[in-house]
Amino acid sequence: MDCSAATPTVTQRDQWMVEHQVFQIYDLFASLPRNAKSAMLELQRDNHMEYLTKGLKRLDPSFSVLDANRPWICYWILHAIALLGEYVEPELEDNVIEFLSRCQDPNGGYAGGPGQMPHLATTYAAVNALITVGGERSLSSINREKLYTFLQRMKQPSGAFRMHDAGEIDVRACYTAISVASVLNILDNELVRNVGDYIVSCQTYEGGIAGEPGAEAHGGYTFCGFATMILINEVNRLDLAGLLNWVAFRQSRECGFQGRTNKLVDSCYSFWQGGVFALLQRVHSILDEELGNLHSGGDCTNDSQQTGMTSDISKGEEGSGGTLSQVDETCHSRLGGLNAHSPLNLNSIGYSFIKQPAEEEPLFHSLALQQYILLCAQVMEGGLRDKPGKPRDYYHTCYSLSGLSVCQYSESPDEDSPPLPSAVMGPYSNLLERIHPLFNVVVERYYEAHEFFATL
Amino acid sequence: MESDEVKLQRVPLSQRPEWSDVTPVPQDDGPSPVVPIAYKEEFVETMDYFRAVYLADERSARALRLTAEVIDLNAGNYTVWHFRRSILEALDADLNDELDFIENIARSNSKNYQIWHHRRWVAERLGTDSARKELEFTKNIFSIDAKHYHAWSHRQWVLLALGGWEDELGYCQQLLEEDIFNNSAWNQRFFVITKSPLLGGLEAMRESEVSYTVEAILTYPENESPWRYLRGLYKGDTQSWVNDPQVSSVCLKVLNATNNCMFALSTLLDLLCHGLQPSQEFNDAVDTLKPSGPDQPDSDLVKKVCSILEHIDPIRANYWKWRKSKLSSAT
Repeated sequence: MDCSAATPTVTQRDQWMVEHQVFQIYDLFASLPRNAKSAMLELQRDNHMEYLTKGLKRLDPSFSVLDANRPWICYWILHAIALLGEYVEPELEDNVIEFLSRCQDPNGGYAGGPGQMPHLATTYAAVNALITVGGERSLSSINREKLYTFLQRMKQPSGAFRMHDAGEIDVRACYTAISVASVLNILDNELVRNVGDYIVSCQTYEGGIAGEPGAEAHGGYTFCGFATMILINEVNRLDLAGLLNWVAFRQSRECGFQGRTNKLVDSCYSFWQGGVFALLQRVHSILDEELGNLHSGGDCTNDSQQTGMTSDISKGEEGSGGTLSQVDETCHSRLGGLNAHSPLNLNSIGYSFIKQPAEEEPLFHSLALQQYILLCAQVMEGGLRDKPGKPRDYYHTCYSLSGLSVCQYSESPDEDSPPLPSAVMGPYSNLLERIHPLFNVVVERYYEAHEFFATL
Repeated sequence: MESDEVKLQRVPLSQRPEWSDVTPVPQDDGPSPVVPIAYKEEFVETMDYFRAVYLADERSARALRLTAEVIDLNAGNYTVWHFRRSILEALDADLNDELDFIENIARSNSKNYQIWHHRRWVAERLGTDSARKELEFTKNIFSIDAKHYHAWSHRQWVLLALGGWEDELGYCQQLLEEDIFNNSAWNQRFFVITKSPLLGGLEAMRESEVSYTVEAILTYPENESPWRYLRGLYKGDTQSWVNDPQVSSVCLKVLNATNNCMFALSTLLDLLCHGLQPSQEFNDAVDTLKPSGPDQPDSDLVKKVCSILEHIDPIRANYWKWRKSKLSSAT
């Protein structure tokens, strides 16, 4: 029974190698005097800014493999800059708007580059990038009417979405479609129809969510599926206790998150998994209800679907819509399945969600994750990386910083309570801007966009 | 073969007679683009000619060859793949050749959505005859990366759409023998026992699967995968899970025999929350694990379990505290 002497498997060997590298860094850190410690924990803002702005202006030939992802590169860089509380020069902002307009398809949606086909993922990236730039010129450059027809065209009879014409169907497509529709105030029952069925079918026996039914629970898809369910007000249909249990176990000994069971730590999951915790902090009443059902003897997954929900998500927007007092009733009728004239304002869910204070403390280890991001993922010369030994890149820079922001604000229930110094690892100047965890844009920029599109 | 030759001594498209009638179309990046890529000359020229045939919707043999050159430069360009499919359809091309083409591309980088979407499209058209070849294709990928997400999705699609279930449980078994920590293989195992038309479904498979899983747990109690799988075997039937003595006995064995008891305690906590009536043996086993200290002693077993977890698993301390705080409503 004792197999400690057996040859290690591939998983064990890879895991031990990473652990070794990470713990070497932590050991070194522990041996340092106090001032050297805080220097090591300091976010290298200037160097990150330099790395980021450089990418906006020029990318070397190796980026040719990302030639169909250029709106993504815009979003990764601009969002990272916004997280740092910085801005790009006005001229560069104009160039962003101009360039993304060239990626916008005449029939709606954004392509990976000028002249390519529109794609849902790059549409999400372009819309988030334009929201991050902000301002009327930027926001009004999005053709919402055409975008809506693009979303309709991607919608499948099953309820799920395709990534592009005749493209693949998965949870990513659902999230990017619902996210842009929600933030642009064009989400309606037609787009929402049966999306929830698809997402529910992707929750696996492990508790997390997979890219497609049957596949393995995965951090990226879990965030996408979970955020989608919140945005369409059907989150009670997920097994939330199972989801929480799975995601809680994804924080590894190295202090960062892994994307799947028995896989290696990777800084990008600081957001994909860390973001799930940020979302969970605001759906605790629903989770509690599921647990209540559990404790009264039922199988919580099934019971919660039958008993309906009393979601509080859409509360708290009194005065900016006036239709929300009927939310509870709507939820029940939605679950009843046949209410064509829903008085629920789907488009206000994202706003109410962030306006409502967090109900619980974070259920992951925020300081440990910050330690992984700052000591293992940060490249002192600028940019962040997956793990020690890997090169920096814009994707990991964006999602490591997004995760770092989630950590820093995880104990601040609302905007009126800035993080305490004890919640921010390293000097307080490490503090980033707060994000809206459903969309992953800086919350101030989100508010501007919400206000702008609400009046259209 | 052909693409290798092209790479070695590439003749610019502008110098190839077959392209002399085509005027390349440059990318419309505007006067001052952001995130501009300093493309190599070859990349620019190939894309410019591609744009020309794409805009002209030219579905020809030479256009097909051109898409191969573009894909070779950037396999993530979904527009090119999409156009390639419309050419293949128009030419009524032999899709068996296409499988070889994909295999060549996948050799250098198989981690993009486009390759797999394309492969699915091709296999769907080739029909059930291609099942064996597709399963073999993913097997080759797994011999390099046994957790390849796209390849697993593809394999599941092949099984569902084209069949080939005969050896699938054996294949999972083989992969797990090679690496019992491979969670993708555990997930596939769950997929097989719940979806295979050749097996009797979850309930029929439960007994033998529980035995297999229990053995895996006892070999490596620190391996999370079989613990989650064990819970999964009772999906939708929590009562059977709570009542099955095999489940509680594996917890007890691990608690008594090893230092790696986090998953055993976690499982025990879930069992207690779902109504397990613990035997005295559980109380004794948990008592020996109790962290020493001046903490006020927890009166009942379930609270003790939470406290121990909080102590031995500090990275999840907040989670275990929260679990403990939810107990009052349970009891």
